[in-house]
Amino acid sequence: MPPWAGHFNYWIYVVLMMVGLYAAIAKGNLVKKLLGLSLFQTGIFIFYISTSVILTESGQFATVPILAEHGGPLTETYANPLPHVLILTAIVVSVSTMAVALAIVVNIKREFGTIESDELLEQELAE
Amino acid sequence: MTAGVLRNLPALVVIVPLFMGLVTAILGRQGRAHWLALATAWVTFGLTGLLAYEVLQSPLGFVTYTFGPWADAVPLNLAARPGAVATPGIEYRVDHLNALFLVIVAGMTAIVILGARLSLKKEIPEDRRHVFYGVLLLCLTGLLGITITGDAFNLYVLLEISSLTAYALVAMGKSRDKRALTASFHYLLLGTVGASLILIGIGYLFMVTGTLNMTEMARILQEEIPRRNKTVSTAFALLLAGFGLKAALFPLHAWLPNAYTYSPSVVSTFLASTATKVGLYAGLRFYFTIFGADYTISTFANEALLFLACAAILHGSVMAIQQTNVKRLLAYSSVAQIGYLVIGFCLVDASGHPIESGVTGSLLHVANHAVVKGALFVAAGAVVYRCGAVHLDDLRGLARKMPLTFTAFAVGGLSLIGVPLTGGFISKWHIVSGAIEGGYYPVVAVILIGSLLAVVYVLRMIEPMVFGKPEEGPQVGEAPPSVILPAWILIGISIYFGVNGGALRELVEGAAKTIAGGGS
Repeated sequence: MPPWAGHFNYWIYVVLMMVGLYAAIAKGNLVKKLLGLSLFQTGIFIFYISTSVILTESGQFATVPILAEHGGPLTETYANPLPHVLILTAIVVSVSTMAVALAIVVNIKREFGTIESDELLEQELAE
Repeated sequence: MTAGVLRNLPALVVIVPLFMGLVTAILGRQGRAHWLALATAWVTFGLTGLLAYEVLQSPLGFVTYTFGPWADAVPLNLAARPGAVATPGIEYRVDHLNALFLVIVAGMTAIVILGARLSLKKEIPEDRRHVFYGVLLLCLTGLLGITITGDAFNLYVLLEISSLTAYALVAMGKSRDKRALTASFHYLLLGTVGASLILIGIGYLFMVTGTLNMTEMARILQEEIPRRNKTVSTAFALLLAGFGLKAALFPLHAWLPNAYTYSPSVVSTFLASTATKVGLYAGLRFYFTIFGADYTISTFANEALLFLACAAILHGSVMAIQQTNVKRLLAYSSVAQIGYLVIGFCLVDASGHPIESGVTGSLLHVANHAVVKGALFVAAGAVVYRCGAVHLDDLRGLARKMPLTFTAFAVGGLSLIGVPLTGGFISKWHIVSGAIEGGYYPVVAVILIGSLLAVVYVLRMIEPMVFGKPEEGPQVGEAPPSVILPAWILIGISIYFGVNGGALRELVEGAAKTIAGGGS
């Protein structure tokens, strides 16, 4: 296996992010822009989750981080739980962003009658 | 009770507006929202004042506060990197630098809400007003939280709280001008990309250091990580771009002019005097405290920032001159002033340390610009209140019709230019003397040209007010006292800064030492 293949998750994260960023910039429809933005943020979540993966000395994946007295196998190396918790927060943030953004898009549709950015620009310049 | 308040002061600064924001949104009908929000903002301002006093009195130069019982617990080994120890739990850490920004943000909000009632009556429909105040307080929560926190991820979350509420606040300008909606959408798109870059940057730093606590992160980065670590450089670039976008540093300022122009007057004032300043603060915190001046100044980012700041001054001023809408003119002037805010931090002496006088100048300019731009936007809001719009044509004969508003425009404009006896003079003086000390003569030239261009755009506002013939039609009177009162308070503060800084100077000097001295 070539050395870069070990970073598979990280390659995917960058690709996802760039696809999303492209959509957010290049698409004319506001909802499509938001889909791109969502993809962009999802890429980041994958990156965070990937950082928590830890390999043990024997090359195995680390186990779940549950304390031994709660039934977990905490005699072994365990995966880092912190990024999971962090990204749970980030997912909530991203959902709220989508909610605010879609609310704005609904209002734009009501006021301007369109959600295509070139038509919006025309209307704005006309005023 | 008093002891409890004092012991939990840093937490209360954030909890009071957070809790009251929700209360205001729920219970704020029948005009109660204004008084609830006003009381909350002033209480918060009082708390930040107390906190700043505590920081000034503290022998260590900072106050820390940890949440929950985890701080005393045995450190868990959470990091991927062997040997790294994470400090669990969120810490709030207040030194001179964030105390300064806390007082500015809370104080500006308190003064802005003071004059908000009548102007919002015209600009926001009645059934939305209590929600508006609630969202405003939540935005204040986010801004204060970014400033006070000592935890990198907590900073991101609060950054998103303040940004999401700011998008909503801008969008609420739709009842006056529907273009507020598209302005808000673009702000959201750019702001979210910026915040996401910050999120990746923090993730990279977490990968390298294994901690999210800023102090611990700074120690590990500066003592244990070899210079020229690629992950650290990437994180630095991402964070710089993200905070540059939040602070609207040229060329990442595209969201700013429309957002300021079409949002309700109160929101323009609020955002202009707080939001970009907090973005700048967060950038400074990472630039000087976490990465450390030794690292950041050795990269080419420092020269690049200096160049961008100069470009911001020239571009912003030239664009401001071409505007016919006063709010848009002021917005472009903000783009230019952000250049001054950044320049002072990028000046380094021969031994590669930041020049203290430049840093002092830019920090003073943060306070001055918040106050002056606040006053000008309040004055513009008073014109909107009377005339419904703020085109330069609407200003004709304003000096006779609205003398109080006119005086606020005039004195505020003088301070933007940097005329002696106003705050703007003191801060520009410090920046220029810092630039001369470091031998940055082109920068001195840019600052002087920027001031001359400021003369032009300020005169473009003042000239029709004094010499323009008022239009025929219904006579417009002076704005009600409560609408123009904040402008006068701010003008008073600006002149006070220009003559005698007082407690502000002490905070600024402490903060400048924190930065120039390579962090605490």
